[in-house]
Amino acid sequence: MKVLVPIKRVIDYNVKVRVKADHSGVDLANVKMAMNPFCEIAVEEAVRLKEKGVVSEIVAVSIGPKAAQEQLRTAMALGADRSILVETDEDVQPLGIAKALKAIVDEEKPELVILGKQAIDDDNNQTGQMLAALTGMPQGTFASEVNVEEGKVKVTREIDGGLQTVELKLPAVVTTDLRLNEPRYASLPNIMKAKKKPMDVKSPADLGVDMTPRVTIEKVETPAERKAGVMVGSVDELVDKLKNEAKVI
Amino acid sequence: MSVLVYAEHDNAALNKATLSVIAAAKEIGGDITVLVAGKGCGAVAEEAAKAEGVAKVLCADNDAYEHQLAENIGELVAEVAADYSHVLAAATTTGKNFAPRAAALLDVAQISEISDVVDADTFKRPIYAGNAIATVKCADAKKVITVRPTSFDPVAAEGGSASVESLDVVKDSGLSSFVGEELAKSDRPELASAEIVISGGRGMGNGDNFEILYKVADKLGAAVGASRAAVDAGFVPNDMQVGQTGKIVAPNLYVAVGISGAIQHLAGMKDSKVIVAINKDEEAPIFQVADYGLVADLFEAVPELDSKL
Repeated sequence: MKVLVPIKRVIDYNVKVRVKADHSGVDLANVKMAMNPFCEIAVEEAVRLKEKGVVSEIVAVSIGPKAAQEQLRTAMALGADRSILVETDEDVQPLGIAKALKAIVDEEKPELVILGKQAIDDDNNQTGQMLAALTGMPQGTFASEVNVEEGKVKVTREIDGGLQTVELKLPAVVTTDLRLNEPRYASLPNIMKAKKKPMDVKSPADLGVDMTPRVTIEKVETPAERKAGVMVGSVDELVDKLKNEAKVI
Repeated sequence: MSVLVYAEHDNAALNKATLSVIAAAKEIGGDITVLVAGKGCGAVAEEAAKAEGVAKVLCADNDAYEHQLAENIGELVAEVAADYSHVLAAATTTGKNFAPRAAALLDVAQISEISDVVDADTFKRPIYAGNAIATVKCADAKKVITVRPTSFDPVAAEGGSASVESLDVVKDSGLSSFVGEELAKSDRPELASAEIVISGGRGMGNGDNFEILYKVADKLGAAVGASRAAVDAGFVPNDMQVGQTGKIVAPNLYVAVGISGAIQHLAGMKDSKVIVAINKDEEAPIFQVADYGLVADLFEAVPELDSKL
């Protein structure tokens, strides 16, 4: 079966972000970018399913600037067979992305779409659920285990009180949680091979979708700084401070 | 304006997070209706009707809603939402699961994890793991929103007297089914709503050593959390994880033991009122956010703390 893996180019998770002085956003100039960590897990899961013989083809998709080609090449170096870039310099938001992905799903007809549960930049946690709604597919969000069986997929989900297992009819959408797997690194020979793998570049107009942002960002601020704390010398002093100064115990 | 609040519950009792969502709904203004969907959830509806500020409770009691499957709940909420300008749910795993689905069915944006209400169209929410706060304005006629419960003081659980109406809308997609669940058992308070949280990190060494944290927690009536490092190392189950990818907590007192303080972890706890860090590495980033820091070996400091409480 065919698997579609949407991925996102985001700021590297180790970078300490800086808010722009004019409060229009976060400074992304000359900052290291990378594939969103949850997307790496999605690619890894697709590749593992292919290695098990469950999956025959993996298609990676990204919607964003031209530079997202780098992340698609990474996905192909990790094992995706080909990729599609929907190139746009607009501000893309989950609903618009889900609509673009739906158009690609209609064309490619994958049996499984695996996405990360959230992107670490906008922290939205929406795209997979929205895609599932638009395509009428069931969803297995925050997956920590995925088992594909005949015509269906069993997904163990991380929920607030523990774990929940659901069974979904294929085709289905799965979003990955951190514990699903440990992504591999791309080897140099595979990075070289990935350069020859096909990448289709499309525009939102090709897909016939309206990706107009519905939400406008009025202002981006730095969160309130915490007041500098004090170092205490002993457990006695700590207990005393908590009881008499902070009055929290 | 009219606000629909989706009630979080386990078919037996209302989750306290819902009271915080009602508080956010009050800031938006207008009549507040609470939707309780589940199986045998009549008691939950009665409980919701008593919450302060609630005008009406809708109770959709059906087998299809027992496990809050997103396919069924999403459709139910999208249909019920027709009469409301705002739909609010807690930013829990349940809310995050169905709310975007309902929003897409309504062809509107969804606004995730708001931490503040500016006006009926404008909200504040953390982005980049809490390292920036965005003020966002939504142009859609209907707003579907998830609310970060720790950012709003819960309304009183008693004092209200809303009417309860049963709702006969049954949405059963047949696309998904519940197989089973494995809930972590705990007698301690729930992590997300506890007044005091004690968390252990990689420095704990192994799962058995968490016993020393449990002892202190029991004395303080605290919940026990963990960093991702401790969860990944298999010390404790993952529902104890505090952080960007785990639970967001904002207790009165947060005690971080053997936790270095990675950005990912700080995103889950830096809104705590008082933060205490116990770590043997004086360079650990956790000390930059701690109100009280103690550089010490946790295996000596924690038992000593236990004996002095």
